[in-house]
Amino acid sequence: MSRDSHAAKLLALLLALALFAVACGSDDDDDSAAEEDATEVDSGTSDEEEAEEEAEEEAEEEAEEEAEEEAEEEAEEEAEEEAEEEAMTDEDERAGGTLTFAFVSALRHLNGTVQSGYATAVPGTQVNASPLLFDEEYNPQPYLAESWDVSDDGLTVTLNLRANAVFHDGEPITSEDVAFSIFTSQANHPFKAMFAPVTDIDTSDPLTAVISLSEPHPAILMAMSPGLLPIIPQHIFDDGQDMKTHPRNAGDDFIGSGPFRVVEYDPAEVIRLEKFDDFFLDGYPLLDEIIIDIVPDPNTAILGLENGDYDMISSPNAAATEQFEGDDRYIVEAKGHEAIGQIDWLFLNTRSEVLSTVEARQAISLAIDQQGWRDIVQLGRSSANVTGIQNASPFYNGDATNYDRFAPEEAIELLESVGLGDGFELDMPATAAMLPTAEFIKQDLAGVGITLNIRQVPDFPTWAAEVAGGTYDVTYTQVWNWGDPVIGVHRSYDCENRIDPPGVIWSNNSWYCNEEVDALLDVAGSTFDNDERRDAYFEATELINQDAPIVYLGKPDWYQIRRPEVMNPPTGIWGFMSPWHEVWLDG
Amino acid sequence: MKAILARIAQSLGLILAVIVLNFSLIHLAPGDAADVIAGDASASDPELMAEIRAEYGLDKPFIQQVAIYVGNVVQGDLGTSIWDGESVAGKMADRLGATALLAFTALVFAFVVGVSIGTIAARNPTSALSQGITVLALFGFSMPAFWSGLLLLIFVAVKVDFFPVSGNHDLDFEGNWFESLLDLGQHLILPALTLGIIFLAQYSRLSRASMLEVLESDYVRTARAKGLSERSVVFKHGLRNGLIPVVTVLGLQFGVAFSGAILVETVFAWPGIGRLAFDAVLRRDVPVLLGVLILTSVVVIIANLVTDLVYRIIDPRIRVTGGVNV
Repeated sequence: MSRDSHAAKLLALLLALALFAVACGSDDDDDSAAEEDATEVDSGTSDEEEAEEEAEEEAEEEAEEEAEEEAEEEAEEEAEEEAEEEAMTDEDERAGGTLTFAFVSALRHLNGTVQSGYATAVPGTQVNASPLLFDEEYNPQPYLAESWDVSDDGLTVTLNLRANAVFHDGEPITSEDVAFSIFTSQANHPFKAMFAPVTDIDTSDPLTAVISLSEPHPAILMAMSPGLLPIIPQHIFDDGQDMKTHPRNAGDDFIGSGPFRVVEYDPAEVIRLEKFDDFFLDGYPLLDEIIIDIVPDPNTAILGLENGDYDMISSPNAAATEQFEGDDRYIVEAKGHEAIGQIDWLFLNTRSEVLSTVEARQAISLAIDQQGWRDIVQLGRSSANVTGIQNASPFYNGDATNYDRFAPEEAIELLESVGLGDGFELDMPATAAMLPTAEFIKQDLAGVGITLNIRQVPDFPTWAAEVAGGTYDVTYTQVWNWGDPVIGVHRSYDCENRIDPPGVIWSNNSWYCNEEVDALLDVAGSTFDNDERRDAYFEATELINQDAPIVYLGKPDWYQIRRPEVMNPPTGIWGFMSPWHEVWLDG
Repeated sequence: MKAILARIAQSLGLILAVIVLNFSLIHLAPGDAADVIAGDASASDPELMAEIRAEYGLDKPFIQQVAIYVGNVVQGDLGTSIWDGESVAGKMADRLGATALLAFTALVFAFVVGVSIGTIAARNPTSALSQGITVLALFGFSMPAFWSGLLLLIFVAVKVDFFPVSGNHDLDFEGNWFESLLDLGQHLILPALTLGIIFLAQYSRLSRASMLEVLESDYVRTARAKGLSERSVVFKHGLRNGLIPVVTVLGLQFGVAFSGAILVETVFAWPGIGRLAFDAVLRRDVPVLLGVLILTSVVVIIANLVTDLVYRIIDPRIRVTGGVNV
């Protein structure tokens, strides 16, 4: 405890004693005063003396109050100082260590402005910073932008950057870098909806980026998440080369803005990251090093965790989670990655003659035992998700009309009502990974007279081309919400997103169109009022579900498996796709 | 000399044929390489697709594509990876050493152990030991490499701390060159054992059969009659002749071991050519796949050629008779 604190306490004590003495004396005085008053009354004391006494009393009371306030303030300050000291000590104890992570993904490069996907975002968010982070309630939090503002009309978003932020080569991060990153994403990123309305960015102030929009765009804040808008250095990338194939997108010399910097980059083997000492958040990151071991086989990752080679592994499958659950040596947790919002579903091609009938589509949903699929194919590690918006989203309408009930008799009645009671055939292209689901639904559909012809295709690109081109009846896929429905949900239902062949995968591949739905999605996508958005999404998803262009099989649980020594793991809404600057190792 | 030159010329022709055949097979496979290059968001842009096809020569007639590719390969240009844009030759050069080390170690292990147990078995061919070795050899030969690899991982690597599960170095390794060598060796044991088991089975059976024949030959009978020790008879007189067919097969199988490392490298995350090929197959990274196929084919052809030439040197009968068995 400091000397000043002792003195302050002593002073406070003395003051208290003095005040006590005064108070006792005052009582006497009060009594005396009362007596005096009485006496005065009796003896005729002058008004001036009374006024003086009152003034003195008031002054004493004020002094007493001031002293009490001062004592309280000093006590609070002292408590804060002690807390800070304690916190600093905790951080010192937490700092350091090397975290090893088994990553079962195919990595292309580290530049998330031109490349979507988990494989890029997991290492990319360690070396690149975004303007914002998001808490578990989907509220934006400061990161590279220490504050931000959205104008009342929703047409201007202002980001105020941290003055101490620098890239890994020491160059300051400015509003021009933010502008460059946003326009690069706008031109190259597959998710066109993220920054489509951006028309201009004022960078006259190097620490302030003023973004002008052609229309209110509530998704723009979510689009500034770590995995969606990494801020890349203009002075490195703005050299006229094609951004998608830029040689600086990856390598040992990658320059980023994030809490870690690249020291070794071999996308087929290992990526080593070390702490960036000049990171803009003082005292962070806590880890000295992250080693991302690229592992081709999930079984190898699992065995490596058992062998103690890894502290965490990515994307464990259902079998692995079962294996490790109940083992005290590991923590198995279905937490994190909620914003990804993966939904497993079946596209129904409404261009098909049979599937153009809504009753046929509804019947298909009713014919499939979706809970059974979740229990058997997904080993129970999937939850019901009855709309195209994921069930952890504030815009999810769990009460929407849905067909997530196994009712084959009802399905038959529906088919008979539209003259399809004799059955029909459906074509389903499927990669090898899709076959378990394909075989499962084939059996269920057979129960209502529908013959599913499963056609195995050699690889994902072939499957994607067929689905994008509309040469299918039914197909299975996973679609991600990507945080805000504008980014990942609208694309599956927007009439204007029905793209003629060759088409685009994960667009409106059902070829669904309902103008009322479009209008509601436009409302939801053009206001920052969350209540208004929720109402619009509730109504839109109700209408979509009535039309049943998609069978929502479920939302898979995303598990993390890690050793208990990993503290403050990345279990936020973006999971591993968020910076690990607060992660630390215990022991 | 004429025969050797002819043999070399044949090998070059064979390499050329392999290049053309590999290119043809891959391009005849279903699926569109342009789709892969375009990625999942750009396939709707016909102009972009046209650009991609032009850039990668996919818009040209097939024969022209073959000619262009062969011309590039002859000049040492194996193209660039569709996946990450890196030079195919560079990627392979980075990994060649790891696979060569794995294949060489596996073969040496298989040769030494296989010949040893085959020789032991040949000395008492009807014994229980000999029968057991035969059964074990059959078992080892029948097991798929990925399965035996996974078994070794589950029952050895996880249970015994000494054995790592993946890679060729500890992730957090720090040390001098000697310690690095030891670390590498530690990581090499299980993958080499997995790859070597298959060849061990072959060599044990082959050496057993060869030694059985040799030990019944006249010169061995003469050596025994002279009073030489059994050890001398077997190892000095018998083994040298008994090894000839085994050495022949060994040389031929270096290329097989090279290509057979794909599954072993995937299971053990060994950073070699095999794993590169595995990733290329999944990603339809055609240039890389072609490069690996060509490299593997060349290694096999060269191994055969070298074996043939060495065989001519060590066996004078081949030189005299021109390879005709007399």
